[in-house]
Amino acid sequence: MPEGKLCNKQTVDTKELLSALLNDKSGKQYYEEMNHLDVDSKALWGLIQKSCKSRLRTWLEICAHCGMCADSCFYYLANNRDPRQVPSYKIQSTLGELIRRKGNVDNAFMQMCMDTAYSKCSCCTRCGLYCPFGIDMGIMFGYLRGLLFSQGFTPWEMKIGTGMHRIYRAQMDVTTEDWVETCEWMVEEYEDDWPKLTIPIDEKNADIMYTVNAREPKHYPDDLAEAAVLFHIAGEKWTVPSEGWEETSLAMFAGDWAACKMQVEHVYAAMDRLKPKRMVVTECGHAYRATVIEGPYWAGLKSGQPPVESIHYVEWVAEALRTGKLKIDPAKKIKEPVTYQDSCNYIRNAGLGDIAREIMSYIAEDFREMSPCREHNFCCGGGGGLNGIGRYRQQRNIGLQVKRDQILATGAKMVIAPCHNCWDAIRDMEEIYHIGIKWSFLKPLLLNMVIVPDDLKPKEE
Amino acid sequence: MYEFVRGPLALIAFLIFFVGMIYRTIKYIRGLDWQADRVAYTAHFSYGLKGALRSILYWLIPYGTHSWRYYKVFTLIFFTFHVGLLITPIFLLGHNILLKESWGFSLPTLPEAVADTLTVLVIIAGIFMILRRIALPEVRIITTAYDYLILAIALAPFVTGFLAYHQAPTYNFWLIAHILAGEIMLVAIPFTKLSHFILFFLTRAQLGMDYGIKRGGMKGKGLAW
Repeated sequence: MPEGKLCNKQTVDTKELLSALLNDKSGKQYYEEMNHLDVDSKALWGLIQKSCKSRLRTWLEICAHCGMCADSCFYYLANNRDPRQVPSYKIQSTLGELIRRKGNVDNAFMQMCMDTAYSKCSCCTRCGLYCPFGIDMGIMFGYLRGLLFSQGFTPWEMKIGTGMHRIYRAQMDVTTEDWVETCEWMVEEYEDDWPKLTIPIDEKNADIMYTVNAREPKHYPDDLAEAAVLFHIAGEKWTVPSEGWEETSLAMFAGDWAACKMQVEHVYAAMDRLKPKRMVVTECGHAYRATVIEGPYWAGLKSGQPPVESIHYVEWVAEALRTGKLKIDPAKKIKEPVTYQDSCNYIRNAGLGDIAREIMSYIAEDFREMSPCREHNFCCGGGGGLNGIGRYRQQRNIGLQVKRDQILATGAKMVIAPCHNCWDAIRDMEEIYHIGIKWSFLKPLLLNMVIVPDDLKPKEE
Repeated sequence: MYEFVRGPLALIAFLIFFVGMIYRTIKYIRGLDWQADRVAYTAHFSYGLKGALRSILYWLIPYGTHSWRYYKVFTLIFFTFHVGLLITPIFLLGHNILLKESWGFSLPTLPEAVADTLTVLVIIAGIFMILRRIALPEVRIITTAYDYLILAIALAPFVTGFLAYHQAPTYNFWLIAHILAGEIMLVAIPFTKLSHFILFFLTRAQLGMDYGIKRGGMKGKGLAW
């Protein structure tokens, strides 16, 4: 059975294998090997029989082929209403066909499934809101990605991502030492302006255990410093864990369920160790969904809840503004028209739409809703891991047009995007389409707006 | 012939229908898996129930959801079709006379003219649904012969019933055809996509529980379907 050196059915559990994958520029060899990868139909059918239960089977069976999901899909709209982009067609021609053929499919079929599952669906789950039967094709594509992963048909970057989680318990190669050093470095950088600023590490029984996206320590350490400053101003008793600080899950995008479990259990172990009252997750959508919404199920927690109450950063911000822990200087509120990018992962899939509006009511003078918005908002165009996959860059860029037009229609000059994926997608959109829009997380905006108590200001020399 | 289709065959059809639907319901619910579906169905049952009921209710109301409001014309056709399809046979005078003869009870009945109008509306809506499948590329691409067969099974009792009621020549033929068509539909429901007769409520409830328990229902005021 031909298995590639890089592209195969094995998981990436060693640094050697991971670096071999990383050294394969753009996955050239990886995708070449994929062309020769065999499909183990018996194992595939076995997995389907074990894991495809009545919810998915019924969805596939009773789909009335009414086409009401068509206009719900931003890919369909962005691709000139190409019928091949109708969600029902996409799932029936991939997962549906795979089951009809009892797993007896060839390499080309599996690659077609992979291309569809990643470049024609961001798993935003909007279609599920438009189907009379509540058939959620985003969920089904997530499931299909898992089947594809088990057979080695996974985009190169996703394979690397799962390896990172398996080896580093983070989506990037950030070790415990790197993380702790970054925390210390940020304190050094900011303590001149913010005397007594700390990033407490491994403090037990804190009110808040703060956890992040590995991109922050790796590429945007100032985000971590900004979080620290805001907690400092708000007077929070908080901490970060030295281990179990990473919330994201590229493994979720890739359908590597075993790695998903490893990753969230690492965070839950930090909760058990430090016993915080609550956990706050940084401004990231899929991270919150992975660790707070889906994670408990991967970890087998029957309550469906993480071991301690866990909230998204926007929930903390809304609460801090509501209770006056953070006070906004009215003169510094955002004057220009501004809109809010509802992240699929914590708005549609976690119900935080009202929280976002509450924040906007405190900080923006001219807030403009996109249409549609809240739970019905369109994906930014970069969700489901798509931002990070080179193979599908073209398809991603076409998909961005729906969000571009939605933003333009508001007349806003700035998009607030408290989600790494949305933030990236809007940044890339600006780079490609030049619509003259600014984009931002909440943290830097809040830092410019909050009233700093005198005792926290540096002493004049 | 009439006695046979009206008697034993009808009994068998109803039996298959009821037993089949109970079987489908049990099978669906037993196949739900809190961990695979990632919904803590039993741990937060009250939130789940609320989510399930909201999910069903909003979708039963014409123009009650974003989706129904988005597809304005189709929604009208769709509700006409389904309301007529359910109401007409259950409250038809002729059917209730038979019911009384056979099982000794009957339901309230519709005036003949109303039932006749509903029948015509169902047929018109059905024809519209067929044309829609042909005309719209986004529906055509997912349409299969099976979808037309399902529509035919659902429409046949109405077409034949209409002809029989209006005493078309060869009345006896149309009457027997009508009874057979109805029996075919009853038997087909548990075995085909027509099972959405009951599975609509179950899948709606399932996604409603998903949203009611996991996707925000325990935090906000519930999803605006």
